[in-house]
Amino acid sequence: MRILVCIKRVPAPGARMVLTEDEQAIDTKLLSFAISPHEECAVEEAVKIAETHDGRVTVLTLGPPEAEEQLRSALAVGAHEAVLIPTDGSDWDPMSTASAITSAVESLESHGPFDLILFGNESADSGGYQVGIRVARALGRPVVSGIKGIDVEGDGVRLRRETAVGSEIYSIPLPAVIGVKEGINLPRYPTLKGRLNAKKVEVQRIEEERVESGQRMVRLVTPPQDVSATTILDDATAVVDLLEELQVVKS
Amino acid sequence: MILTLVTHDRGIIEETAFQALTFARSLSEDLGVPHHAAWIGDFEVDDRLADFGVSTIHQIGHDGLDDYSAAAWGSAVAQLTDSISPTAVVAVGSDGGNEVMSNVGALTGLPMVANVREVTTGDSWTIVRTRWGGSLLEETSLDAPIKLLTVTEHAVEAAPAETGATVETVAFSPDLSEGDLVTQVVDRVVTSGGITLTTAPVVVSGGRGVGSPDGFAPLEELAGLLGGVVGCSRVVTNNGWRPHSDQVGQTGTVVAPDVYIACGISGAIQHWVGMMASKTIIAINTDAEAPMVTKADYAVVGDLGEVVPAIVEELKSRQSTR
Repeated sequence: MRILVCIKRVPAPGARMVLTEDEQAIDTKLLSFAISPHEECAVEEAVKIAETHDGRVTVLTLGPPEAEEQLRSALAVGAHEAVLIPTDGSDWDPMSTASAITSAVESLESHGPFDLILFGNESADSGGYQVGIRVARALGRPVVSGIKGIDVEGDGVRLRRETAVGSEIYSIPLPAVIGVKEGINLPRYPTLKGRLNAKKVEVQRIEEERVESGQRMVRLVTPPQDVSATTILDDATAVVDLLEELQVVKS
Repeated sequence: MILTLVTHDRGIIEETAFQALTFARSLSEDLGVPHHAAWIGDFEVDDRLADFGVSTIHQIGHDGLDDYSAAAWGSAVAQLTDSISPTAVVAVGSDGGNEVMSNVGALTGLPMVANVREVTTGDSWTIVRTRWGGSLLEETSLDAPIKLLTVTEHAVEAAPAETGATVETVAFSPDLSEGDLVTQVVDRVVTSGGITLTTAPVVVSGGRGVGSPDGFAPLEELAGLLGGVVGCSRVVTNNGWRPHSDQVGQTGTVVAPDVYIACGISGAIQHWVGMMASKTIIAINTDAEAPMVTKADYAVVGDLGEVVPAIVEELKSRQSTR
């Protein structure tokens, strides 16, 4: 089983975000970076599937040269190969990202297709929700997003997606593309041996052109902050008074 | 015209789809063009569409559309789009709306701008969209013959307005391929009946401060007394105290209840963006400086292990004296 996981380097979620002077990016001088959370789970899922189905995992990212750090994080937890599509660090829109990844996948598939290509459901930063779907459509493969469970069954996969009241089940043939959501697993921590092995792997580089799509980021904007004052409630009685006033107490 | 794709689950409209309909109605009024709706499958069309200025409903019929498949929905909408050339196609930025519109974008070769909050029309459109789940915004320019966009959930309030105008229904039959139908839902498992995180009027949510899986028992009791459900922060699911399906936040569920009670949640930005649209926010926390406390409408500064049971007791004693 050959599995490709596409990941994105993002500032570690939760950090305070200050914009650069030109408003083109988050000021990252003092920030650490991470693999976007859904994709971190996609890497874990790929490694787990590879462990039980004699597979190999390739991890790919489109990003600045520094994104090699995130590729090595994925290698440290069990991915076998890594591919970087280098950019100058500017923001690529979803169409140009998908086009570059599709082209890179085609060149990586000269010896046959990946059985599975995993994406995160959406990236933590730009959240376009579409790169995996665009790549799947361009490759002519089935794709389902929002997946929180993958079982390999014969020539296909059985997928579980959560809904408000339970879950939906999909059963699709391979090769396929899947958008994975956090919660599908709890990603493992790298071992020392894993980290050492990760250093030995040579990261393959594939250069791709950025296509024009008609969508272009102009600038980032910090949303207005909620400055409303907080009313302090002294005790449980005050809380219940408020809940009654808000009419949420069941009678 | 502006075409709104009305997302529904076997005929039941997704509640936030009315927000997209409201957004699309103002866009159509702004441009002085009609507002059409796309309704997928052979399900009875919801009368309420008329309250959002919809003059024409394109009912898309096909045997393969009796259950959900994002690929089939996407192909159907892409073909309708080719056929009627709308100015823009709008859907709600829910999981379903985003995935169907992504398919439409892929099939039409058009850019698709996800999670839009504001649009300024013109030769090219200037769009404000959500980034980082809402902790950052992006101004983007969109230059495309047909604009595809989804509207951030809870960014606008649904505002129905009866006009008494008649709505015309037009049938549309798409050609769907084998590939479109292979990703159809094959089974459903219903695990919870009644209210859910997204529909509950009250969410009682716990964070690191709850301390353990057992620590959620008083929160469950409080939620029960208020007709609500229990949610939690990312720390809680990462510790394995609650299932991920309970997680509120950027990588979990986005909620907008009448009342959100945050117990022992510091209020990290990825949690805040998942509940900031709640009408009233009450924080219970020992740290008066925690972001959740300073941003909440109301706060109790105290140990949730004492405060939550005290609220439960007070509610019960008032119930028994009623």
